[in-house]
Amino acid sequence: MEFDVNIFVQQLVNPSYVSGAFLSVAVAVLSLVLATAIGFAVALGRTSHSRIAQGVAGLYTWFFRAIPALLVLLIIWNALPQLFPVLRQDWFSPFIAAFIGLGIVEAAFMAEIIRSALLSIDEGQALAGRALGMSPVKVMLKVVLPQAIRTALPPTGNEFIGLVKFSSLASVISLQELLTTAQVGVNITFRYAEYYAAAIVYYLIIVSLLTLLQSYVEKKFVWTSRSKSKKPSILEPVGQGVQS
Amino acid sequence: MTNSGPELKQEIWSTNDPVLSARNLHKSYQDQHVLRGVEFDIRQGQVKAVLGPSGSGKSTMLRLMALLEPADDGGIFLRGRRIGVREKVSGAVVLPERELAKERRNIGMVFQKFNLFPHLTACRNVMLGLTSVKGIHHKEAEEQAMAMLQRVGLSHRAGHFPSELSGGQQQRVAIARALVMNPDVLLFDEPTSALDPELVGEVLDVMESLANDGMTMIVVTHEVRFARRVADEVTLFDSGVIVEQATPDEFFDNPQHQRTRKFLSHVH
Repeated sequence: MEFDVNIFVQQLVNPSYVSGAFLSVAVAVLSLVLATAIGFAVALGRTSHSRIAQGVAGLYTWFFRAIPALLVLLIIWNALPQLFPVLRQDWFSPFIAAFIGLGIVEAAFMAEIIRSALLSIDEGQALAGRALGMSPVKVMLKVVLPQAIRTALPPTGNEFIGLVKFSSLASVISLQELLTTAQVGVNITFRYAEYYAAAIVYYLIIVSLLTLLQSYVEKKFVWTSRSKSKKPSILEPVGQGVQS
Repeated sequence: MTNSGPELKQEIWSTNDPVLSARNLHKSYQDQHVLRGVEFDIRQGQVKAVLGPSGSGKSTMLRLMALLEPADDGGIFLRGRRIGVREKVSGAVVLPERELAKERRNIGMVFQKFNLFPHLTACRNVMLGLTSVKGIHHKEAEEQAMAMLQRVGLSHRAGHFPSELSGGQQQRVAIARALVMNPDVLLFDEPTSALDPELVGEVLDVMESLANDGMTMIVVTHEVRFARRVADEVTLFDSGVIVEQATPDEFFDNPQHQRTRKFLSHVH
């Protein structure tokens, strides 16, 4: 059997691949958002002075770093609806189960990224904010977080890309994401090479776009006055170089 | 009863009374007794220089007076009103951080290592307290910040980030950032100790001009010449207590204490 370019191209433009790719990215985006939200709370818990908060946050990280994501997905999709009738209703789709499952697992890893980013900020920063009379929330939002985000961005980009690929795990709960789409086609036609190659192309496109997005966002966090805005403004420097 | 107490004191405060006072301040870290009953007062428009060897407790006193850390014992008084604590029948209880933040607005602080916010331009550094603490509108805050940067001679660097400024310039921005909040008193914690020697002058010049404008300032410093020229009173700290407190002329020319003479022989 030879590699049939026609089948390959056919699959590349097949709408089911496009929707599979879209589902994979959507699951990754939503689980990253969920993971960041939970992870931030867990990171705050782990850096807090309260023993209870430390304990709860530590337990969360310990538990979800230990359990395979696949098992979590199976539990959420199969076991929880047996225990909680509300999850047997129509709204509880494989898509929702997938992003929640991946999100709560990923949160344990995001928590560590966010925690180390928060700890990397010099203590003098919060001190200066407090000395100005800023409330704890303002110190976090205006002083610490903007700096911590810069530190957390590169590892978060890694996690994001990882999540796109982890979304393929959701095939076990019958989510028609990218890899499942390819697998279904293979099961019918046995054209392994063409269908998998099409999946490769889609993954490459997705990750390339994410990499571009990441470098774009990272540039937003380069703190320099040079070549930022062309608009004439009162804040625009008058053209001095950097002093030592 | 407990609520009316401080207000009563505020009413009887007169301009000759201290703006900021420390009464019987004690502070320990682990088993080290850093402050051992410090009494310190500064009146409106006064400039006090605080000298002393490293570890003598002078910086700790500033942090306590700026309400950045709680005292183990003793109190801080702003215009005669005790701050940083809530008086209860059982004794004084340190206010929660959110409440402390409000009381800190009246006290400005300049740090040894500047502690500028690296993600904000010089102008934004100065603006942040106005917008996020005082709730002043962006445009108005920008005008005030620019005026304050002009005051420290840095309006031409307003759009630059801290990493693009020299140490001296960073410290001048930090002074503008504290000053723009219009504090009752400005505390300086070794403001020139982290600077290259050739950059010390520009910062001291700004501070001297503030002093001449009547700003109330406590300056913890190793700059003996600055203390002599600018301060109204010089204080020597040693081992957590104040050893000597006198006018610059008396302090440097006719010190009363052996410890002061010894200290001066090292720094002169």
